Amino acid sequence: MHFTSDHEWVRLDGDIATVGITKHAADQLGDVVFVETPEAGKTFGKGDSFAVVESVKAASDVYAPVSGEVVEGNAALASAPETVNADPEGEGWFAKIKVSDASQIDGLMDRAGYDAFLATL
Amino acid sequence: MTDPTLKTTVLNAAHRALGARMVGFGGYDMPVQYEGVLAEHRWTREHAGLFDVSHMGQARLTGADAIAQFQRFVPGDYAALKAGRQKYSLLLNESGGIIDDLMAGKPDHGGLYIVVNAGNKDEDFAFWRAHLSGDATLTVLDDRALIAIQGPEAAEVMVAHEPVLAEFGFMDCARLMLFGVDCYVSRSGYTGEDGYEISVPAAEAERIWNTILQDARVKPIGLGARDSLRLEAGLPLHGHDIDATTSPVEGALTFALSKSRKDAADFNGAGRILKELAEGPSRVRVGLSVKEGAPAREGAEIADADGTVIGVVTSGGPSPTLGRNIAMGYVPPSHAALGTNLKVIVRGRASACEVIDMPFVAQRYHRKPAA
Repeated sequence: MHFTSDHEWVRLDGDIATVGITKHAADQLGDVVFVETPEAGKTFGKGDSFAVVESVKAASDVYAPVSGEVVEGNAALASAPETVNADPEGEGWFAKIKVSDASQIDGLMDRAGYDAFLATL
Repeated sequence: MTDPTLKTTVLNAAHRALGARMVGFGGYDMPVQYEGVLAEHRWTREHAGLFDVSHMGQARLTGADAIAQFQRFVPGDYAALKAGRQKYSLLLNESGGIIDDLMAGKPDHGGLYIVVNAGNKDEDFAFWRAHLSGDATLTVLDDRALIAIQGPEAAEVMVAHEPVLAEFGFMDCARLMLFGVDCYVSRSGYTGEDGYEISVPAAEAERIWNTILQDARVKPIGLGARDSLRLEAGLPLHGHDIDATTSPVEGALTFALSKSRKDAADFNGAGRILKELAEGPSRVRVGLSVKEGAPAREGAEIADADGTVIGVVTSGGPSPTLGRNIAMGYVPPSHAALGTNLKVIVRGRASACEVIDMPFVAQRYHRKPAA
């Protein structure tokens, strides 16, 4: 698993990246009450806003950690947004993206690097 | 890490000891949540929530001309207000816009005790200092903290400390000894629930805060839940739902206009306000039930059934009590009737909504039966 400084995570299987927000991000947001995930077929560049997550208080953009085409958005979050709090780095995934450039993963942090980054915040 | 430009209340260390997440609000470093907004919201609706509202401004207005001077800028009849009672009112500018909303009451025979919003207090106090004349003295009580306890069990909790509080009805107020110190107490609050606001000497605030928290029915509640509670209660937040351009008629706050004051038309902005009462305002604050999609928040456009933008949302979000999204905002009176079908536009997507009555969640103030 790889991590961005915007608190997204990426898990790559072949050329399909599953992406979501980290436990740290979910904890910071507090109770998630609404998630807007992208539809299959949409394409995003690295750093584009590709989803929105809302807590009781505010809406936050989620940025694509890699470029590519969405093959599946997690539709289950529409009826169970609290999954993002309960299992952010598992069932609370946002989308699966067919990556256009797998080397983009190399620029992301690994778990130890992300934990070290969190310690600086 | 605390932003060094933010002021702190005397309860700052107590909030941090309770594990609060702190944010800047109204120029103060304040707790946004302790356990979580949803849990705190529900706890307040079911039990009793304790709020630090010490960032708000407290003042006394005293002197033989205090009431008459105060009334030049607010549309409530404070001359007729009985001792031991308080009223919600609005500080108005010359064009009838709302500089701030406030609570003012007569807790004793020493003039008015006033509570104003944190973000506006310096402006409010400067306004009064610039405009008061005759024998009227404004004394800012910056040596006092303000604690609110709200919820259906709030009265039982407080009566265990002081039996006389059982005799208070909604909007009753008094100056009395509580927890062994000189306090101003009112049966009021801004959540739609029964409860009290208690002004205490700053030096005693942490002791009193901790004493009240020892009751298992009480939990500390942050600003996040305070906002969702007041939204459900249909109460406006100054700087968002009302501001210096909004009149009381537009803001759906005509209950704050006393009949005697309307008849006398002797307050700031009376010309505009009376004209709007007679002819209707150009826009009015309404409640919206958002029927689909994401919550509509401040800044979201409101459109009519044809998609023409007619207004804007001033606050909104999920209602934890109702389990759906609600909002308040401004529309022309032609689209303000209950049941009108409108749309809110969130991130470019139009979602159906309907004008519904406020409060969204029934208020549970403790009103005493008429004597």
